[in-house]
Amino acid sequence: MAILEVKDLSFSYPDKSILHRISFKINRGDFLCVVGTNGTGKSTLLRLILNRLQPTEGSIKLFGTDSSQFKDFGKIAYVSQKATAFNKDFPATVEEIASLGLYSRKGLFKKYTKEDRKKVHEALERVGLAEFANKKIGNLSGGQQQRVFIAKALVSSPDIIFLDEPTVGIDIKAVDSICCLLGELNAGGITIVMVTHDISSVIYHSNKVLILSEDGSSELISSQEFTGRSLMNLQHHSHKEV
Amino acid sequence: MEIFTLAFMQRAVIVALFISVVTPLIGNIIVLRRLSTIGDALSHAGLAGVTIGLCLSFSPVVSAIIFSVLSALTIEYIRRSFPNYSEMATAIVLSFAVGVAAVFSGFVKSTAGFNSFLFGSIVAISNFELVTVIVLSIAVIIIMTLLYRELFYISFDEEGAYLSGVPVRSVNLVFTVLTAIVVSIAARTVGSLVISSLMIIPVACSMLISKSFLHNTVLSVIFALFFTTAGLFVTAFYDLKPGGTIVLIGIAVLVVILIVRKQR
Ligand SMILES: Nc1ncnc2c1ncn2[C@@H]1O[C@H](COP(=O)(O)OP(=O)(O)OP(=O)(O)O)[C@@H](O)[C@H]1O
Ligand SMILES: [Mg+2]
Repeated sequence: MAILEVKDLSFSYPDKSILHRISFKINRGDFLCVVGTNGTGKSTLLRLILNRLQPTEGSIKLFGTDSSQFKDFGKIAYVSQKATAFNKDFPATVEEIASLGLYSRKGLFKKYTKEDRKKVHEALERVGLAEFANKKIGNLSGGQQQRVFIAKALVSSPDIIFLDEPTVGIDIKAVDSICCLLGELNAGGITIVMVTHDISSVIYHSNKVLILSEDGSSELISSQEFTGRSLMNLQHHSHKEV
Repeated sequence: MEIFTLAFMQRAVIVALFISVVTPLIGNIIVLRRLSTIGDALSHAGLAGVTIGLCLSFSPVVSAIIFSVLSALTIEYIRRSFPNYSEMATAIVLSFAVGVAAVFSGFVKSTAGFNSFLFGSIVAISNFELVTVIVLSIAVIIIMTLLYRELFYISFDEEGAYLSGVPVRSVNLVFTVLTAIVVSIAARTVGSLVISSLMIIPVACSMLISKSFLHNTVLSVIFALFFTTAGLFVTAFYDLKPGGTIVLIGIAVLVVILIVRKQR
């Protein structure tokens, strides 16, 4: 069964049409990268999938359920493009922020057990930040903060994680470590959907690529094909320069 | 010390202690969500309620609660029409409240009574008000404890909270109503004009020190308890206005913390 199925999806903001009749499907275990130039609607697509926006036309199914009816919040996790844009003086520790990820499984008024705390610690260990558990989150570096948000996404043991440009604004080494981490998580069975401009993570870790174009159309191809095309482009450019 | 054996002073101390617990609990969320203007708007709404109550010889505290809760609901309603300009909602309600307070204050016979709500008073608390404050404070403490995680999540990342299944709208609504209740009951001891400072100064102090959300919450309550008890002491001995005294003590502590932190 497809874990995410988008059919003939169109979307317009009042003054601007963004996505036009997009269809694609991903299965359990896929690692999908969404690419496209700025403003082509990548974040908008994620917000539509997560039911923060309603499609103008078409349908989106998560785990077979229409995304507007989807209530099984524990199965999905989302790391937003603005995750690290919080106020740096916000008084909260790394552990407290990671614990927020438990909510989607727990819901209103539920007690948190020792088991839950253990899950949080495991997730922090997984992203290599166990010794930062009691540090104030605003005092970590951008790359470390991004990893805290990945840990927060992990604590609910989701089936699918959506990430919107998780590697923007951090150095190459940190990008590598985050992409490798996502690759490992994917190898462990978690489906990943990531918006990115980082071509190397597409080539090394993903198996599918969704390309959004400025005219609102889209194309789903395999990573091999994407790699091939990128190489062609490169050759094309070097020919032109000669 | 004799003064603390007087019945009115005991009532004042009890009320002040309860208020020092609930005010920073609300204030924490207000500061972290950058909603400080809502505290202001609602305390003025409370004052408008007090004025109407005094005019109609109706319990000023109760009419403050009613007026302030209605204003809170109005703010939430306007906010939904302009989601990205929520300060507009508070500005509209604030000016309306000031208008109402100004017009009705002309009809208030006892200016002393009116003044006591502006700057607070320790002599004016009736038994009925004492009970109202205790019951409502306990309710606020219970609800804030139950919604601790939800409010923490929303304050840190409202969209993330929504996507994790936090009923953001309902929690926001409940919180705004609690804010309205707290500013109204606090008007009695500290006065309408300084409530929003009592919401914010203890939080400002604790934010300079604490690393975690939990510590920040607890510490801000401790600061507020210290400010109000110290304030009441000074007020009782020097016959000052409690609201102003409490706030000035708070500011002094804040300045000291800022200086000590700079030097380290
Ligand atoms: N709330 C909004 N109202 C109107 N237009 C919007 C809104 N949000 C985004 N847009 C427009 O929709 C288009 C797509 O935005 P979106 O954020 O999805 O792009 P993106 O592909 O994620 O870009 P980036 O690479 O910069 O993150 C942009 O042209 C943007 O200006
Ligand atoms: Mg984007």
